[in-house]
Amino acid sequence: MPHGLTAQQCRAMYRKMVQIRHFEDHAAEAYAQAKVGGFLHLYIGEEAVAVGAIAAVREDDHILGHYRDHGYALARGCDVKACMAELFGRDTGICHGRGGSMHLADASRHFWGGHAIVGSHIPIGAGMAYAMQYLEEPLVVLDFFGDGATGNGIFHEGLNMAALWNLPVVFICENNLYGMGATLAEESPVSDMMIKAEGYTMPAVQCDGMDVLSVYGAVQQAAEHCRSGKGPFFVEAMTYRFRGHSMADPELYRDKEEVRRWRELDPIPRFGDFLVQQRITSPQELAEVNEEVEAEMLEAVRFADSSPWPEPDSVDRWIYAKPIDPEAPEEAPSLAGDPAGAAT
Amino acid sequence: MAELTYREAVRSAMREEMRSDSRVILMGESITGYGGSYAVTKGLVEEFGPKRVMETPIAEAGIVGFAVGAAMGGLRPVAELMTVNFALLALDQIVNSAAKFHYMFGGQWSVPLVVRTVSGFGQLGPTHSQSFEGWFASVPGLKVVMPATPADAKGLLLAAIRDPDPVIFIEHSLLYSTKGEVPEQEGLEVPIGRAAVVREGTDVTLVGYSRMLLQALHAAEVLEREDGVSCEVVDLRTLRPLDYPTVVGSVGRTHRLVLCGEDWRTGGFGANLLSEIQDRSFDDLDAPIARVAMRDIPLPYSRKLEQQLIPASQQIVDAVRRMS
Ligand SMILES: Cc1ncc(C[n+]2csc(CCOP(=O)(O)OP(=O)(O)O)c2C)c(N)n1
Ligand SMILES: [Mg+2]
Repeated sequence: MPHGLTAQQCRAMYRKMVQIRHFEDHAAEAYAQAKVGGFLHLYIGEEAVAVGAIAAVREDDHILGHYRDHGYALARGCDVKACMAELFGRDTGICHGRGGSMHLADASRHFWGGHAIVGSHIPIGAGMAYAMQYLEEPLVVLDFFGDGATGNGIFHEGLNMAALWNLPVVFICENNLYGMGATLAEESPVSDMMIKAEGYTMPAVQCDGMDVLSVYGAVQQAAEHCRSGKGPFFVEAMTYRFRGHSMADPELYRDKEEVRRWRELDPIPRFGDFLVQQRITSPQELAEVNEEVEAEMLEAVRFADSSPWPEPDSVDRWIYAKPIDPEAPEEAPSLAGDPAGAAT
Repeated sequence: MAELTYREAVRSAMREEMRSDSRVILMGESITGYGGSYAVTKGLVEEFGPKRVMETPIAEAGIVGFAVGAAMGGLRPVAELMTVNFALLALDQIVNSAAKFHYMFGGQWSVPLVVRTVSGFGQLGPTHSQSFEGWFASVPGLKVVMPATPADAKGLLLAAIRDPDPVIFIEHSLLYSTKGEVPEQEGLEVPIGRAAVVREGTDVTLVGYSRMLLQALHAAEVLEREDGVSCEVVDLRTLRPLDYPTVVGSVGRTHRLVLCGEDWRTGGFGANLLSEIQDRSFDDLDAPIARVAMRDIPLPYSRKLEQQLIPASQQIVDAVRRMS
């Protein structure tokens, strides 16, 4: 197998992609039933990027991503039920209903969140990488964002610092040809985002984001580079979202023919066919994966739907790590009569 | 009069002003092919072309800086920032450039810029559900407008585009589909800096703006029906410069005041307004000024938690009942 992958690892990657696809289908359905609200951005079509990239690094390497974040969470192995319950706004949600679809996170799995302000997590990823370097941890940071984010100043600030200070961060640009309704030509003077890394002397590769092995290979190379102390690396995954930007998107800006052409490159059957060809699996086994995953998702939806809402009184929980109660200020420490205090 | 939605009213102001003044340009993210995230700019690129309706990168600081420059160069830019939450990325350009130049350079030039942006909520989570009008309104050099009705949205936007100073024009996502009568006469302005008494009453004054104006009107109905309390309702419409005479005049008649806002209680717009009105109307007041505001909590995603925090007419009713 390419990139030293075992058959077992390949099967796991396939399953993860199917998991994400089914999760998204159920999320869309729940949104249509008004069980999920707000902005819902589906990762359908882009599964190979998160799965290939996250499979290529250690389980304790750090991950940050943008608001189209269900894929990162599931690829990292976050609890499917807790992710679904977050979309349903329940107390059992992975962030107890505080964040919703755009803000999944699981610190215990080193997944530091979906971030919904475009580009905001790019310098944050660089900062985490600095902490790893400083603490001499052999860990790298994967930081996922879209093509649209590269037009924002914060992207350039983050890349500049990462390169300047030689930080172990892999920037992964999911180039899906659109930033909401803006085409690449409308948002960027270059259509290959990796060119933007050049000005920061950052090595960069482009990979086929519809091919999980291509992504795996690129990120494996990138992470090795980072881990060996050579500084940041830029990976551009060429991909496509099969659905609208969010559920509210009428998709007036792209034609159906283009969507159809990209759908032919669907990363899931593509990898499935490859695995069958390589005799790593059989069509039968793939069908079983499909069924098992579907059962898992139905269970997740059932769990989410029957989970309790957060307690009304808990609404002000977690504003601070050290809670403050402005109604009952602590007694100001008195220096009078305190010899230790008085002495200084 | 024609019946328009708030969305259509905003659009028609831009369309009319673009037809009559070729210096007016629009810029923003996903405002062309997508038609704007709240469909406000729909159809405008088709009519005016991409030189006047500019699709921009996702670059808020850049957009506003660019618009400041375009304004200095002789254009009349209307920059759309998709929501007020993303306007935070452009705060430096808004505060340190747009708001300062006329003063700092000794009145040599002004920055005729409109920043259109959107407040609101609806299970959007903590980063996407905020109200910052109080921040903008605290900055000398800015004018801040927050219309509640389609007629005001149109008239005030026309005035904003023609104004020689930077205007922060804050729409509300939950008002876009509301309808109202709008004068048919083209180009009719609603002046910046004028509040309106939208309901006359004798017992208590409710001051609101944007969505909270509608909540105040609803509260007034409930109080009239259930308590026989007569509320006067004032729509601020412009937060800076603020029309103190209208508010003070109303308090002089009713002697009680409730300030209704959607932003956080601490440092919210109402906090400042309260101190000003207390200074100006202390002798007229029969009760402490009451405020309805958002509790000091980030707005969570979960529907149940969110609902419990959103300021609405019930809190206004309760505030009035507590006064008497
Ligand atoms: C600073 C900021 N500006 C605007 C938005 C609204 N917005 C959300 S997603 C998006 C498009 C982002 O495109 P891209 O980075 O290519 O990611 P994709 O959605 O294609 O995965 C925009 C404009 C935002 N969330 N944050
Ligand atoms: Mg994109």
